[in-house]
Amino acid sequence: MSTFQFPPSIRSRPVYGILEPRPGKVHLMIADAEGAAAFIDLAFRAPELVAKAHVIYIPKSTDFAAALHALNPAQYYEGPSYSAAVSRIKRVLSDASMDLQIYLAGTEGLIGQALNEAMQAGYDYTAIQTEHRGSVARRMQCVHCKGITEDVTTDPFQCSHCGLNLFVRDHYSRRLAAFQGVCIDAEKPGSVPPFKELYS
Amino acid sequence: MTLQFNNETFRDDYSFHNSQRAIDRFPFPFHEDSYMYAVNMEQHQGGPADSVYEKRFDVDEHYVAEMADRAKVLDDDPLRCQSLPHMALAGWDLLELIMVSKSEDYPDLFELHREGHKWHWINKPLGIEDHFTFMDDTTLPYAPMEYITRQTQGDFCVLDQRKDNLWMDAGMVTTQADWSLDFDIGMNFFEWHAPVPLAHEKGIFKRALKFLLNIRQGAPARRLNWTMTVNPLLDTSPENYHKWGIQKTTLTPENIGAKQHLRVELQTFFRLPRSNALVFPIRCYLMSFQDIVTKPKWGRRLNRVVRDLPEELATYKGFIENRPMMLEYLSQFDDGLPTSFGVWPDEDITPLLQR
Repeated sequence: MSTFQFPPSIRSRPVYGILEPRPGKVHLMIADAEGAAAFIDLAFRAPELVAKAHVIYIPKSTDFAAALHALNPAQYYEGPSYSAAVSRIKRVLSDASMDLQIYLAGTEGLIGQALNEAMQAGYDYTAIQTEHRGSVARRMQCVHCKGITEDVTTDPFQCSHCGLNLFVRDHYSRRLAAFQGVCIDAEKPGSVPPFKELYS
Repeated sequence: MTLQFNNETFRDDYSFHNSQRAIDRFPFPFHEDSYMYAVNMEQHQGGPADSVYEKRFDVDEHYVAEMADRAKVLDDDPLRCQSLPHMALAGWDLLELIMVSKSEDYPDLFELHREGHKWHWINKPLGIEDHFTFMDDTTLPYAPMEYITRQTQGDFCVLDQRKDNLWMDAGMVTTQADWSLDFDIGMNFFEWHAPVPLAHEKGIFKRALKFLLNIRQGAPARRLNWTMTVNPLLDTSPENYHKWGIQKTTLTPENIGAKQHLRVELQTFFRLPRSNALVFPIRCYLMSFQDIVTKPKWGRRLNRVVRDLPEELATYKGFIENRPMMLEYLSQFDDGLPTSFGVWPDEDITPLLQR
C-alpha cells in the first residue's frame, strides 16, 4: 500500500490526515502520483462529492489517471508537472467562493505547494484537508543558495544548484513549501556521510 | 559619562574588544551553577545604574561598529530584513518606540522633535539627520522598520498576534544564533521554535506564549538566552554557515581564551500601540572566555555550567565538539569554592581563585 506512517517529529513539520468528505457546493481536488488513490478512496465513500469536484492531477509516472477520470468529476485536468498546473490552480482559487472545500493528496512537495497557493488566495491552511500518499521524497530549500531541489529521497543530498552537500532537516516552511537543507560538512570539509534513503 | 565608540570589526581580523566597563556590565546569564530552560521572564522596567538593563534600548561602545556590520550583511543579503504586507503599521509603531525611547534615555546622542506628523530625527553617533512625515513611507530612505533597525543594536522580530498565537511576520535579523528569518518568516511561535530540543517537552513554550500574549503596552518584559560563538562573529547565520562553520575548528588550548566567546542575548518584549504587534528585540553581547574569568565567580560558574550541560543542549548550541577543550581551559579557574546566588559578579564578597 502506498501510505507511509511518518514518525513523530518537530512542531514545524507538516502532519497529514485522511481525506474526509465535507459538505459543500464546490470541491477542489489537487493530487499527484499515488495521491489519485486517496481521491478514489474518497469517491468510494462519497461518490456525489467527486461528481461536483474540479480535479487537477499530475500523474508523474503512475497509471492512476484512467481510474481517476472514470470517477466523472465535474472538471478534470491532467498536467505534466506542478508548474504546468499552477496557473490553472491560481485561477480556480481566485474564482472560487470562500466555502470551497480543498482536498490535497500525494507527495509532500505537491501538498505543500498547493497549500501555499490556497493560503495566498486567502484560505486558512488549517481548514484544508491533506493526505500523504506515495513517495516520501521532499522538496528541499538550500539555506545557503536558496535554490529548491525537488524530490529529494536521500539524506544527505547534493544541492542541485550550488552543489553543497546538505543534510535534510525536519524544519519546514509553509511559505516556501520546503524543508531546510544545511551544509553537512562545514566543520569538516569533505567529510560527507554516505547518502542514505530517507526513513531507511 | 560620554560614550566612546570602538573602532572594531566583527569579521575578518575580528578587532572587536570589550573595555573594562563592558566587562563589568556584561549580562552574565547564569544565576546558579547549572543551566536548564525556564520561562525566565521578568519586567523590563530599568535596572541597576549603568547595567544593560537600565535603558529600554541599551546603546554601548559597540554601537557604531555593529551598525556598520549590519549594513554590510544587508548589502550581501537584503533578505535579512523582511516584512509581510500586513506588518507595515507595526513598522511605524516600532520606529516611534525606538525614537522616543532613545531620545529620552540618551538625549546627548539622539534627538526627536515632533510637530504633529512632521518629525525631525537626529542620530549623532551615526551622523544621521532626517525630516520626515510620520506614517508616510515615502518620506524615509527605507521602510520604517528597516530605517530604525539599521540604527539600533540587536535583531528585531516583529510578531503579529492572532488566533492566540504569535506569528513571525517581520524582522531585521543579522546577528542571529543560527536561524533564518527568510525561512522562518510567517511561522507561529511553536513552529519557529520547533528545532529547539527538550523545551517543548517541558512545556516551556506553552507557558512562554501565554505570558507573551498578555504583555501590555508600557509593561515590557525581558529574559536572557545564551550560546557559544568562536570569534566575535555577529552574523552566525545559517545562510553563511558553510563559510563560518569551519572557524569552530580553529580553537587551540593556546587561543581558546581569546577566541571562544560566550554569546548572550538580552531578549525584550514590547507591545506596540496601533498594530497590537509584539516586538521582540534580541540584543547580542559577546565576551571572550579570558574576559569572563577575570570575574572569579563567573569563571567558577561557567566551568560548572559547561561541564554539566545536557548533551542535547551542547549539541544544539553547537559546541559539543569543543566542550572538552573549553573545560580544559575553564577548569583552571574553578577551585571548587561555592558561588553566591544570582548573576552579578559580587566581587566584594567573592574570594580570589585559591591556587
